[in-house]
Amino acid sequence: MFAFTRAQAIAFAVMVALILVAPTVLYPVFLMKVLCFALFACAFNLLIGYVGLLSFGHAAFFGMGSYIAAWTAKNWGLSSELAILAGGGVGAILGVVTGWLAIRRQGIYFAMITLALSQMVYFFCVEASFTGGEDGIQQVPRSPLFGVIPMQSDMSLYWLVAVVFLAGFLLIHRIIHSPFGQVLKAIRENEPRATSLGYRTDTYKLVAFVLSAALAGVAGATKSQVFGIATLTDVHWSMSGEVVLMTLLGGIGTVFGPVLGALVFGSLETYLAQFGDWVTVTQGAIFVACVLAFRRGLIGELAGRLGLTL
Amino acid sequence: MRLSRRTLLAATAAAAAQPAFRARAQDAGTIRIGVLNDQSGPYRDTGGLTSVICCKQAVSEFAAQGFKVDVIMADHQNKPDVGAGIARQWYDRDGVDMILDVPTSSVGLAVGAVAKEKNKAYINVGAATTDLTGKQCAPCIVHWSYDTYMLAKSTGGATVRSGGTSWYFVTADYVFGHQLQRDATHFVEAAGGKVLGSSAYPFPGTSDFSSFLLQAQASGAKVLGLCNAGADTVNSIKQAKEFGVNMRLAAMLMFITDVNALGLQTAQGLTLTESFYWDLNDRTRAFTNRVRPKTPNNWPNMIHAGCYAATLHFLKAVQALGVAEAKRSGTAIVERMKAMPTNDDCFGKAHIREDGLLIVPSYLFQVKTPAESHGKWDYYKTLSVTPADQAWRPLAEGGCYFVKS
Repeated sequence: MFAFTRAQAIAFAVMVALILVAPTVLYPVFLMKVLCFALFACAFNLLIGYVGLLSFGHAAFFGMGSYIAAWTAKNWGLSSELAILAGGGVGAILGVVTGWLAIRRQGIYFAMITLALSQMVYFFCVEASFTGGEDGIQQVPRSPLFGVIPMQSDMSLYWLVAVVFLAGFLLIHRIIHSPFGQVLKAIRENEPRATSLGYRTDTYKLVAFVLSAALAGVAGATKSQVFGIATLTDVHWSMSGEVVLMTLLGGIGTVFGPVLGALVFGSLETYLAQFGDWVTVTQGAIFVACVLAFRRGLIGELAGRLGLTL
Repeated sequence: MRLSRRTLLAATAAAAAQPAFRARAQDAGTIRIGVLNDQSGPYRDTGGLTSVICCKQAVSEFAAQGFKVDVIMADHQNKPDVGAGIARQWYDRDGVDMILDVPTSSVGLAVGAVAKEKNKAYINVGAATTDLTGKQCAPCIVHWSYDTYMLAKSTGGATVRSGGTSWYFVTADYVFGHQLQRDATHFVEAAGGKVLGSSAYPFPGTSDFSSFLLQAQASGAKVLGLCNAGADTVNSIKQAKEFGVNMRLAAMLMFITDVNALGLQTAQGLTLTESFYWDLNDRTRAFTNRVRPKTPNNWPNMIHAGCYAATLHFLKAVQALGVAEAKRSGTAIVERMKAMPTNDDCFGKAHIREDGLLIVPSYLFQVKTPAESHGKWDYYKTLSVTPADQAWRPLAEGGCYFVKS
């Protein structure tokens, strides 16, 4: 059903095993954050890796997903899964608006339009009263799943996040390997030819954009459940930059690359924090080294060396 | 395929062998303090490493009897999720008993929520928000040194009493800027002053303040109130100087470390409020002389002094309470801290109020001219002092849930 190659099936099994084992070794809250970012990066990768569209405005979907989930959970008392779905829904709606405007252009113009629209969302969040401005939405309760299963403990929330991530991951994999995904790849390789074959490329691009935005919204919404906050950091343009870095680091156009990229990025952010002002220097040096040594990203390079598709 | 599988296995093994960040041994006889602040971004000088140094200074001066004290630090990069993540890990796994500093309101509040959930002590020094002792208060939180209410009351009210009777505000157009302006306006008018007008500029991203400054100049007001923070304040002061705006500049949120960055030539005449200045009295000078060798280029401001004083008072409370009880409950430590009067070289004798706020006087300072300054960091002259009992938001107005009215 998911059309895994053998290598991918093994890699997927390894990933699932690691997700199961990791919380016994690493701190679950850290892992949840990595999984949220991994889903975000996978959603972003759907667009850049398989349609060839570099969106520089994904923070808008991620951040608004996070705000809406936090707000609905706090003020309406929505249960976790509904809050997360609400976040995804808002991501999709924003995606429709942004995508409808942006897909008319390509390359740098596409990136600039998405950046401009996401900055509008950012300024909206700075000004709007429901976001709490600089302070953000704080003390969001971890609402029970389906209204009954308590999510207070880190481990129970971890399993929810893991399920959300795996569902999103498999959905993306399914999309890529469906006939729809084949058309997307055709558009990426040669759009005029896809048009000449009779495909309405704009429709395909828009649908891919909306899917990507919705999943980014789900990722942001899940993150707000994990930390109990939604703040301007999530809608800031630097978040759009970070997701590009994660995807680049792991490998654009690979299924597993963004996941590894998110893990590396999250680890740098968290475990370098204790080194004080060296954190940004070290991050920078590691990125330079990666870009110089692994042009195709960590997974991309590994897959290339082994002649596999990962 | 065999090759690939083996390589994948090797990769898995490598991933599994990653440094396992297990809980450090939680030594029962050790009190661990975590300093969490911005060490690489815009607030690295107002807090940063100097906060850590001041915290360690307090630890070494206290010379704990019967327990060890350990200080660790981290850079929250001004991201609430990073800050909250580190705070959770510190409290849960690394045996941290108290988190200190935490500038940037969004991060400060996020860490507050974690501390409340885990019942661990949290002393915020670096964040300006009044919510820490108001709507989002908790019995395990202490807020030291300053907040926006105290700044607005001193800079707004005391400036009027020292002659600055008519005001014009240049305000960053977001919640924080408007809140500063609203508070300041309230105190200016309460003190008998007048507000002649205000301009809001888009935030963030404004770097050219010329049109706002010229509007302010044209209003004929005596005082230009800057309701912004950080780089915006610094830029607007520089540009006011360049345009020759001959109004008294009043910065609503500024520290001596910012004055040092601007230089006296640019900053002279500026009024601002702090609760600590190194040259206030013999005790503050003695403190500064002790820490100066460790941080020669960044002398303590009220945040750094707060980190020192708060650590000292925290350790006294731990000593009085006993380590076992202190490690068990953050609320118990903070209640003990509130019950004991504070006494340290930076803030003298004071006390912590029921809602967690340290009650000390606030000082309205004016920045000296280069001619008046006689040495390194000799920057301030005191214009007026707001006594401790009048400097802060009245207890009943905060809306803190556990304060009995």
